Amino acid sequence: MTGTRSSEASEAGAESLESPTSGIRNRALRRFLRRPPAVISFIFIILFVLVAIFAPQLAPYDPAATDFTAVRQAPSETYLLGTDEIGRDELSRVIFGARASLVAGVISVAIALILGIPLGLISGYYRGVVDELIMRFTDALLSFPFLILAVALAAALGPSLTNAMIAIGIATTPTFIRLTRGQVLSVQAEDYVQAAKASGAGDIRILFKHVLPNSFAPLLVQATLTIAGAIIAESSLSFLGLGVQPPTPSWGGMLNTAKNYMSQAPWMAVWPGLSIFVTVLAFNLFGDGLRDALDPRD
Amino acid sequence: MLPFILKRFLTAIPTLIIVTIMVFSIQRMLPGDPALILAGEDRDPQVIEFIREKYRLNDPVPVQYFAWLGQVLRGNLGQSIRTNQPVTELILEKLPVTVELSLLSILVALLVSIPVGVISAVRKNTFIDYVGTVFALSGLSVPNFWLGIMLILLVSVQWQLLPASGFVPFNEAPWENLKRMIMPAFVLGTGLAAILMRQMRSSMLEVLKQDYVRTAQAKGLMRRIVVLRHALRNALIPIITILGLQLGGLLSGAVLTEQVFTIPGFGKLVVDAVFNRDYAVVQGIVLFTSTAYILINLLVDIAYAFANPRIQVSGEVS
Repeated sequence: MTGTRSSEASEAGAESLESPTSGIRNRALRRFLRRPPAVISFIFIILFVLVAIFAPQLAPYDPAATDFTAVRQAPSETYLLGTDEIGRDELSRVIFGARASLVAGVISVAIALILGIPLGLISGYYRGVVDELIMRFTDALLSFPFLILAVALAAALGPSLTNAMIAIGIATTPTFIRLTRGQVLSVQAEDYVQAAKASGAGDIRILFKHVLPNSFAPLLVQATLTIAGAIIAESSLSFLGLGVQPPTPSWGGMLNTAKNYMSQAPWMAVWPGLSIFVTVLAFNLFGDGLRDALDPRD
Repeated sequence: MLPFILKRFLTAIPTLIIVTIMVFSIQRMLPGDPALILAGEDRDPQVIEFIREKYRLNDPVPVQYFAWLGQVLRGNLGQSIRTNQPVTELILEKLPVTVELSLLSILVALLVSIPVGVISAVRKNTFIDYVGTVFALSGLSVPNFWLGIMLILLVSVQWQLLPASGFVPFNEAPWENLKRMIMPAFVLGTGLAAILMRQMRSSMLEVLKQDYVRTAQAKGLMRRIVVLRHALRNALIPIITILGLQLGGLLSGAVLTEQVFTIPGFGKLVVDAVFNRDYAVVQGIVLFTSTAYILINLLVDIAYAFANPRIQVSGEVS
C-alpha cells in the first residue's frame, strides 16, 4: 500500500516537472493505450512494416519462381496458401505484395503532405487573392472523382508503381490543403501567434515555429487515414493494370489475375484481398484511435 | 435565399474554368506529339497535318485552349480514335447503365445506413452500437473489387443463386436486369453505407441532445415517436450534403465494380479507353464527371438551403 502511494507521489512529482508539451503528449499516449482496437492495430501496422522490410527473409519461396508441376494447387503443407496459375507460391507473393502497399501508402501521402502543407499554409496565412486562387484550384481538384483522376494521370504518365503513387499523391493533396488552411485560420487567432507577430517575428518563423507545430495532431491523424485510402487506391490501380506491373507482386495485381480463375482456384482471390482489407482496417482503426487520443476536448 | 443561390453559382464558375484548364493540361502532359497520338496507328503525314489543322495544334497554347473550350461548350468532346464515334455520344450511351448502378447502390446504402445509424445512436455504447461501428469501419476498409469477387465466388459459383456477370437493359428485361445488378449495387453501396451510417449516427446523437427533443420527451411522448417523428427528420438533413459529396467516390467505385461484374458502363468505358490509348475518350469522361460533380453539388446545396430554413433567412450555410 505504502509502496503504491509513494510511487503515485513520485509519479505526481515527475508530472509536475514535465514541460507542458510532454505532459500533453503523455496524456495523449495514456488515452491511446486505453483503446485496445487502436493498440492492436498499431502492433499489426508494425508487423506489416516488418513483413514488408524483411520479405526476402520471411518468404518461403522466390515470389517470381514458377513451378509448372504445381499449377493452381490448393493450400497444402508445401504451399501454405496454395499456388497461382503458373505455379508461384501465393504466400511468398502475399508477403512481397506488402512492399508495394507500404511504399504506395507512405510515398503518396508524403507527396500529398509536401504539396498540401505549404499551399494550405500560404492560403490560410496570406488570405486574399492567393487564398481564393488556391481554394478554387482545390475545389477543382476535389471535383475529379479520385480514381478517375488517378486513372487519367496514370494513363498520361504510363502505368507503373511510381506513376500510380504520383497520381494518388496529387489526388489526395486537396484534403491536406484544406486541413492545413483550416488549422492556420484557427491557430492564427491564438494569443501566442498574435504575441509573436507583435514581437516582430517574420512570416516564415511564425508559420514554421508556431502555426505548423500546433497543426501537427490533425495532420498526423489525416495522414494515417489517408495511408489507408492510398493502399486501397494503389491496389485498385494495380487491379485495373495501371499500377505495379507483373511479374512484381502486388495485392491488387494478384486479384486482377485471380478473378479469371474463380471457380478453379478460389484461394488465389482470398489471401491478397484479405491482406488489403486487414491492413486498411488497421490503419483506419489506428487513425481513429489517434484522433480520439489527440483530441483535447476529450 | 436568392443571394445564397447566386453566390453559390458564382463560386462554381471559377472552379469549372480551372477544371477545364486542368483537363486540357492533362492532354498536353501526354508524352510525344499530340497529333501523332490522335492519329493513332495512322502515320500518314497528310493525316497528321489534317489533325494539326483540325485541332489548331500549330497555334499558341492559349488559342488552342479557347478553341477546344468553344468546342466543349457546343457539346463536342472530340472523337474516339478507335470507333470514330463522337465522345459525347459514347458517354450518353454508357451513362444510363452507370446511373442505374449508382442509384441502386444509393438505395442499398440508404436502406442499410439509416436504420443502423439510428439504432446505433439511440443505443449508444451498447453491443448493437459496437456491431454498427465494426460494420461501418469494415465497409470503409474493404476494397470493393475484392468484395465483388468474394460475392461472385459465394453467391454465383458456390450457391449458383445469381448470375456472376453480364448486363441486360432494364427496358428489355426488368427482372433479368435486377438479378444482374443487385450484387454490383450491394458492392458499390457498401462503402457509401459505411460513410452514411457514421454520419447518421453522429447527427442523430447531436439532434437527440437538442431542447425540442427533450421537450417532446418531457411532454410524455413515446421514445419511438420522438425518435422517428422529431429527431430523424432533422438528423436526415446533413445526409443530403454527404450524398452529394460522395458522388465522386461512387463514380470511382463504379469503375472497379463495372470491371469486376463486366457491366458496360462509364467505368468500363474509361478503363478500355486507357488501354486503347483513346485519349479523347479519357479526357471527355474526366471533364464530364467533374463538371457533373460540381453541378450536382450546386443543386445539392440549393436543395439543402430549401430543407434548412436558417439558410433562407441568412443567405449563408449554417
